[in-house]
Amino acid sequence: MTRDNDYISKQKFMQELESYRKGSVTRRHFLNVTGLGAAAAVMGAAVPGLRPSPAFAGDIGDRVIVATWPNYHDPENFEAFTEATGAHVQVNVFGSNEEMLAKLQAGATGWDVYVPTNYTISTYVEEGLIEPLDTSKLPNYDGSAFDARYAEAGSVDGTLYAVPKNWGSTGMAVNTKHNDGKPISSWKEFFDIARDKFTGRAMVHDYQLTTIGSALNYYGYSFNSVDENELADAEKLLIDVKPHLFAITSDYQPSMRNGDAWLTICWSGDGKQLNTDMPEIHYVLGREGGEIWSDYYAIPKGAPHKDAAYALINFLMDPQVNAKEVLAHGYPTADARTFDLLPEALKNDPILFPAQELLTPLEFGAAATLTDPNRAELMARFKSA
Amino acid sequence: MTRRTRNWLLLAPAGTWFLVMLIIPLTVVFIFSFGERAPAGGVVPAFTFEQYANLPARWAAFKNTMTLAPIGTLSALLIAYPLAYYLAVKSSPKWKTILLVLVIVPFWTSILIRSYAWIFLLGGRGIPALLELVGIEGVRLINTPFAVLVGIIYGYLPLMVFPIYVSLDKLDKRLLEASSDLGAKPWRTFLQITLPLSIPGIATGCMLVFILLMGEYLIPALLGGGKVFFVGNALVDLFLQSRNWAYGSAVAVTLVVVMLITVTVYMRLINRLGASREDVSIM
Repeated sequence: MTRDNDYISKQKFMQELESYRKGSVTRRHFLNVTGLGAAAAVMGAAVPGLRPSPAFAGDIGDRVIVATWPNYHDPENFEAFTEATGAHVQVNVFGSNEEMLAKLQAGATGWDVYVPTNYTISTYVEEGLIEPLDTSKLPNYDGSAFDARYAEAGSVDGTLYAVPKNWGSTGMAVNTKHNDGKPISSWKEFFDIARDKFTGRAMVHDYQLTTIGSALNYYGYSFNSVDENELADAEKLLIDVKPHLFAITSDYQPSMRNGDAWLTICWSGDGKQLNTDMPEIHYVLGREGGEIWSDYYAIPKGAPHKDAAYALINFLMDPQVNAKEVLAHGYPTADARTFDLLPEALKNDPILFPAQELLTPLEFGAAATLTDPNRAELMARFKSA
Repeated sequence: MTRRTRNWLLLAPAGTWFLVMLIIPLTVVFIFSFGERAPAGGVVPAFTFEQYANLPARWAAFKNTMTLAPIGTLSALLIAYPLAYYLAVKSSPKWKTILLVLVIVPFWTSILIRSYAWIFLLGGRGIPALLELVGIEGVRLINTPFAVLVGIIYGYLPLMVFPIYVSLDKLDKRLLEASSDLGAKPWRTFLQITLPLSIPGIATGCMLVFILLMGEYLIPALLGGGKVFFVGNALVDLFLQSRNWAYGSAVAVTLVVVMLITVTVYMRLINRLGASREDVSIM
């Protein structure tokens, strides 16, 4: 860190506090590792005086359990849902789709709603882990309002299993202060500067899909490659980079914010959150390509509070509520009704809605990319190297 | 009721627990370790040694564990011994209770939260920023093996202090007087009386800390930034990320075997040490 950071005005402090709250470290780790958030919510629900009385007739139970990603919701929306329905929202936060799949495969997660990414849904259907959706219970969902590109993975063989949440890209966030004010613009530069000027300051995700995908992009290969020779090249690069990395983590906001790390693989919403609070951090897409993705709301088979699950998804599909979500997390929505409600500045935001020529080389992740055993084992070898 | 039936009845709860919670799961893990990974993850039954043949791919994890666990144990011992000695031998009875409580106090908070605090202490705005104030620049602590070692020593220190404290507290102070009366210098009294008599405490403390460290997962995950990797972390990855239960089981079985061998050798050594002195009985 540098000296000029030492002085901090009251206003800046409040900003920092606010942004820290939004991108809080503790949330992911504490909720994930301990289920502390869940415990607190259960305790809250167990004390009768703390339980708000349901505001409407349909009793959906006292809780709904959500498995989702870090920094991906507006907590105020959840509070509003609890006030309206009497059901507490318990949030479990994950670092990768693999982790989510692993928990569901092991059985009995207790989740009611989860947030799978486009390429996982066909696998969930094959494994019988996902519930088909009854749209009559989702009056706020309007299939025709969604851009098909970000909605089509929700249906498998004509059955609707998941409704679109948000979409985004996987690029990189760079703190330009340490690179003479210049951002970088390719995965080649990313991995080269990580071994040179930014040694000890760069991070990659703890997720094979994006970390291996970006290493493949370095060589100009497809993000989704499962070709043995191309994967061998990617592995060589990653093993070579590893000693220079600051960390291998999907929770990269805290160290980008406190200045320990200067460069990271980054999802666009995190990029937006970082850039809003610290303009010197730029979010860029790799020139070679990268990932474009779409997340969905779905209900796992055997969800214990299915009525509450439908109620929550329906609540979040309300364009007014959804617009608040977008303002909080910075990921665009494919719902035209919600898009119309966004402020002009956000509609033209280059991080949320990148120029077409930058979007063109991006690829949607494929189901085989997630489940390929060689990629999984490559990542594990990289981490234990 | 015969004596025999009564004995069986008394043993039944512990026996059932042992069977259901230890023997059956271990057997399942053992069987899985000869299986294969199912296409989308999990395990399909098979009989193959492929998983064991692939063990060298996790060599680094075993190496890290087998390096940092002994170093952590030894460092904890070196720090804990003087502390335990002071508590047991030097402090006044009034202070002794207060100091002992202070050693226990950290246990009132979860190890997770205490380890988490170290992220901030060792991060760029913690200790390195303080060092910068006194002119030492460019120190990096977080996400290094050193950070993991600090976390380990911090977390496990009380487990080392207590057994040593107990063995020193029981020590007959008249032996020390006798030694001194017979003309031994303090350091000689320490080496020939105090230290040998506290070996049971040292042995127990080291065993407790070492066994727990071999299975450590949390501290490397929090303070190692995904770069300092223990076998425990490799196992979590195999079950929760790459979903290769067969290989994960093989790694788990290997860890158990390595641990059994290490502990057996350790016990033999300690017992031999004890056997050479008739007055010391071990554990």
